Amino acid sequence: MVIKQKLDVKTPKLDELEKGPWPSFITDLKNLAKRKPAVEHLLGQMEQSYQTNTNYWTGTVLNLDGYGGGVIARYSDLAKKFPEVAQFHTVRVIEPSGFVYSTEALRQLCDISDEHSAGILQLHGMTGDILMLGSDNKSMHSAGEALMNNGWDIGGSGGALRTLACCIGPARCEMSCFDTLEVTKKITDTYISELHRPELPYKFKFKLSGCANDCANSMQRSDMPIIGTWRDKIQVDHQEVEKYIAAMGEDYVIENVITRCPTKCIALKNRKIEIDDSNCVHCMHCINVMHKALAPGKDKGVTILLGGKRTLKIGDTMGSVIVPFMKLQTEEDMEKLIELIRRIWDFWGESGLEHERVGEFIERVGLGTFLEGIGVEPDPQMVKHPRTNSYIKFEELTKPRMAGETKKAPNVVDKEIEGKETTF
Amino acid sequence: MATTPTKKMAPRDNGAPDYKKYLHPLMLKNYGKWKYHEKVKPGVLKHVAEGGDVFYTVRAGSPRTLSVDMVRKICDVADKHCHGFLRFTTRCNIEFQVTSLENVELLINDINNVLGFPVGGTGNSISNIIHTQGWMHCNLPGTDAAGSVKALMDMLFEDFINERLPARVKISTSCCQINCGGQADIAINLQHHQPPKINHNNMQICELPKVVAICPVAAIRPATVDGKSSLEVVEEKCMYCGACHGQCPSMEIRDPETDTLAIWVGGKSASTRGGPSFMKLATFGLPNNPPRWPEVGDAVRRILDAYKETGKDYERIGEWIDRIGWKRFFEMTGFKFTKYHIDTYRFARTTFNTSTQVRL
Repeated sequence: MVIKQKLDVKTPKLDELEKGPWPSFITDLKNLAKRKPAVEHLLGQMEQSYQTNTNYWTGTVLNLDGYGGGVIARYSDLAKKFPEVAQFHTVRVIEPSGFVYSTEALRQLCDISDEHSAGILQLHGMTGDILMLGSDNKSMHSAGEALMNNGWDIGGSGGALRTLACCIGPARCEMSCFDTLEVTKKITDTYISELHRPELPYKFKFKLSGCANDCANSMQRSDMPIIGTWRDKIQVDHQEVEKYIAAMGEDYVIENVITRCPTKCIALKNRKIEIDDSNCVHCMHCINVMHKALAPGKDKGVTILLGGKRTLKIGDTMGSVIVPFMKLQTEEDMEKLIELIRRIWDFWGESGLEHERVGEFIERVGLGTFLEGIGVEPDPQMVKHPRTNSYIKFEELTKPRMAGETKKAPNVVDKEIEGKETTF
Repeated sequence: MATTPTKKMAPRDNGAPDYKKYLHPLMLKNYGKWKYHEKVKPGVLKHVAEGGDVFYTVRAGSPRTLSVDMVRKICDVADKHCHGFLRFTTRCNIEFQVTSLENVELLINDINNVLGFPVGGTGNSISNIIHTQGWMHCNLPGTDAAGSVKALMDMLFEDFINERLPARVKISTSCCQINCGGQADIAINLQHHQPPKINHNNMQICELPKVVAICPVAAIRPATVDGKSSLEVVEEKCMYCGACHGQCPSMEIRDPETDTLAIWVGGKSASTRGGPSFMKLATFGLPNNPPRWPEVGDAVRRILDAYKETGKDYERIGEWIDRIGWKRFFEMTGFKFTKYHIDTYRFARTTFNTSTQVRL
């Protein structure tokens, strides 16, 4: 039994953050500190950081029984002064797709947090998890058990599949081109073991957005962005177009819709919108501006990219196209996606270096080699343009190196009629 | 991991929660059947379903870090107005949903007065700043995150509750160069200026080959110090990124005396118009000055003032700079363009101007 030391912690620097119109987390935490000694000590340690510009947490990862991660462990370097936060761990909890909650569910999280941690929730962490702050080495286990007994599950950490996140999708958005919430849940549930037991070279994140507006910030913040799109015509409601032009004026439409189209495939003729859909790159801009008059097509699916991450260590990478288009509606479509993920993990898992994200791996081995490794055919939509340098090893055109090896020139002329859907 | 057979364990691998249980009845009813949306006013969206159902969303700014007491208050508001349902956005806003316009005003009143939260963050506003753990819970931070966000949002408050910018502005903060806050229209990130200080007496806690391997410029090599296995850093090569510090706590990269903050502009995730873009260095060397970081606030304000003055509708900050040019950007903000703004890492040459297209 720890004797609760009542420290009257003074926080002059943090108190400055109680001023101003934006809601203050300091005021909130100070109120909580009245009944939670750990929170008072947390504020005390933070105040010291604010005084010295120095951090006082030492980190590691702890495991719940049967799992390989999920608890972000923090030990205070100021444990003598602030013993209540000597161990102050965060439990990551998988959030519901689209960050939707009933108050009943949220209150349950509050009760578990109140009983087994410091009573601080962060909604949400940057990967998407619900973060429950302030358990110690013992209560993190009871927190985990309480969460799992109530149907919640623990989020990812380390070299594992990380907790997924997605936009609100079809639950409340007319622009969403696939069921982001359901696909997020399906990937999570299918690969829940990979999420809990790190066996990948490094972390792997998915973020799913229903359209190119990318409200889930998938392009630069996930290894595998899955983004909704369509392959037929943009739906045009000509009556609404007329209304929009009447309200805003032709000049406004030209300046803000027509001239902003990246492929100049939209035109205004006789106060009517005309779209060359074969050149539309599904960027969403015109639909965003005239959202009552224009809508995504009806034949919907997804574009899948791979490799987005921030600078460390090869420099910033953006996800790049790996599947220009695939349907993602039926169970079979879903199985194709699940299988593609497995092939990517197998190839990267086998040949990737430790701590090498998949984007860095592709950069090292080359996209061509990577595609071969995962059994996906190259497609011009995967690059901005073909290579400009001539340093190429045409494998089929080099001399045979082994006796009996037969080589034949690659077929570069004949081509099957291009289907719109990528085969992989 | 071995488990004790006598211990009664909760079920494992439950998977993701069933979101369907957490959808507002109107969202469940009109799932995939929404027709269009309109802006009612800043912070309030109106979605209309194909069948005619109307659904209002009121977006509230949240500090992200919430006591359970505050979360319960949020639940009270959602119970009173929203049938007991609510959601959060990627940028940590809270969205409350009601089915009639009259209830919108009652709801806003409770959000403002019961919770003390502002309503806004929609359309051409500055949405809630996404941020990292900082001194509250990270093991690597050189600065705080929640505190600088609070200070910035106080300053940007009017731009949260109004939609008066050329386009939406997304801001992030990060406490080290790992940059968990991510790409944004404006990002405030900590920058180190020293090679790591190695604690040779505590290297046994680190896997040395992994530390060697993680360095982006191969500046770390094995060394024997006082008869013990340790590492050394080639200081000329070191870029002070701190990758080794994340791998090994004994490679201390932070220095309260010298760490500063840098501001980056023009990041965009959406594939709209010109596609996604990375953020670029705008200014650097700002003091890490808690609790209110006034120098950072001043720099952000300069960027926003210039953007407000000459940005066009639907033009994000990066697109605005592409149009007016970096020369004009530096003139308008008063930031000095230096040799440090010129990239020196991989792909650097792709960032040079290889044409005669210059603004004179």
